Amino acid sequence: MNHNILLAGFGGQGILFAGKFLAYSGMLHDKFVSWLPSYGPAMRGGTANCSVIIGNTPIGSPIVNKPDILIAMNLPSLDKYEPECAPNALVILDSSLIGRSLVRTDLSGCYIPATALADENGLKGMANMIMLGKLTAASSVCAADDIEAVLKKTVPERKKELFEANFKALRLGYEYRS
Amino acid sequence: MEKVLMKGNEALAEAAIMAGCRHFFGYPITPQTEVAAYMSKRMPEVNGLYLQAESEIASINMVLGAASAGVRVMTSSSSPGISLMGEGISYMAGCDLPAVIVNIQRGGPGLGGIQPAQSDYFQATRACGHGDFHLMVLAPNSIQEIVDLTQRAFNLADIYRTPVMILGDGILGQMMEPVTLERIPEAELPEKSWATTGTSGKRRKNITTSLWLQPDKLEKSNFARFERYALIQQKEPLWEEYLTEDADIVLVAYGAVSRICKNAIIAAREKGVKAGLLRPITLWPFPSRPLLELVDRVKTFICAEMSMGQMIEDVRAAIAYRKPVTLCGHTGGVVHTPEEILAQIEAANGGTQP
Repeated sequence: MNHNILLAGFGGQGILFAGKFLAYSGMLHDKFVSWLPSYGPAMRGGTANCSVIIGNTPIGSPIVNKPDILIAMNLPSLDKYEPECAPNALVILDSSLIGRSLVRTDLSGCYIPATALADENGLKGMANMIMLGKLTAASSVCAADDIEAVLKKTVPERKKELFEANFKALRLGYEYRS
Repeated sequence: MEKVLMKGNEALAEAAIMAGCRHFFGYPITPQTEVAAYMSKRMPEVNGLYLQAESEIASINMVLGAASAGVRVMTSSSSPGISLMGEGISYMAGCDLPAVIVNIQRGGPGLGGIQPAQSDYFQATRACGHGDFHLMVLAPNSIQEIVDLTQRAFNLADIYRTPVMILGDGILGQMMEPVTLERIPEAELPEKSWATTGTSGKRRKNITTSLWLQPDKLEKSNFARFERYALIQQKEPLWEEYLTEDADIVLVAYGAVSRICKNAIIAAREKGVKAGLLRPITLWPFPSRPLLELVDRVKTFICAEMSMGQMIEDVRAAIAYRKPVTLCGHTGGVVHTPEEILAQIEAANGGTQP
């Protein structure tokens, strides 16, 4: 089965980077993978989103119109994409920035105060990785044992000093219990 | 060989370097800017030349100059930028110069928008500039195919002494997929005995020109070029057929839209509707023959393109107007959903199957 994942939030939250992490997690197991960002005038503070598809069969459209996994990192994204989700989709949302619950009853929600957790743990700007940690715990998209290998691929050589912090953020999200 | 995750624009640039391109002239424009950005970083590492020109007009004329000197050269832009290049491209065709020109299309006309489009099909296949000429036009639909076709584009340009265009769109430029950066098999290439490389006083000078004031000479040079075009049309059409063997309804689509069509076709077949896809990989030469071969078996064709209907004219001509061809079109940067293509397939099939 293909995972159709949509990540959405503000520009600057690391939405595209988080999408890249997921793409690499699929590549680690030789899956078919696609990554497509929203592009345009949206920069820091504007909206950003990213479609990632991971599957066992060749990928047709790289656009995720009906996500079965939604990672929402701000309210406008949740408002926009909750109605678009596939039936019974998994929604992981940053509850420190989104002050409401899911409206649809068929969706399974994972509420994690990722931005607050990041700030409290000296991981400012890494709420995205905390969200991915939660996703790892809540779905089969990425195996916990793969996190280190995938992160090595995702964090570029010239920024390798950020590896530890990213790893910590992922673990924090993975271990978080509400 | 290890697979790497790359953006279409970056993969295209790297593939050009793999093909021996060491000269790149360009000007940034969304959604192809990563081609230039990648080249600016990579070219110095391979002793190549990256030069950001002051405009697209300057870029294409620098390409003309480099091509005259016989080196492999590329430029890239997006729709409005290609329009600016039209004059230079016509001159290059008239001078019989090989080069690769990339158009990662965005919405138009005018300055338009920056989201994906396929509305430069006419421009690419009919009239990229004035005069009697064609470009070869290649239209990949995956990042791997971008890597393969870009390399091929340089070979085709050299073999036929013609500018070759790679026609992509914003989706292909921006998306990432795993790719293998593998070289394509080496092609047998003619020597560039025409290149203006300096005579060292040992031979007569070479001149690359598109100026022929005597009509009979200009006509002769055009005739000679069209003999090469005839060869291209005979030998170089490329296409992919997907589930066409038993198809009642055949979609025709290229580039990113062809991928969305595959989703719709799978969904249609799950509902018992026999749909298939013919995907032109070369837009010029257009793969007319395989379309014509389908015409007796197929009930109806649907042309899906991000335009108000441009390729559809080639589809209709290819099948000699013998079956209906309907348009499933979007324009201005709006991209098809699989559901709406599916709806059109079902409508063409005479309503939803039970």
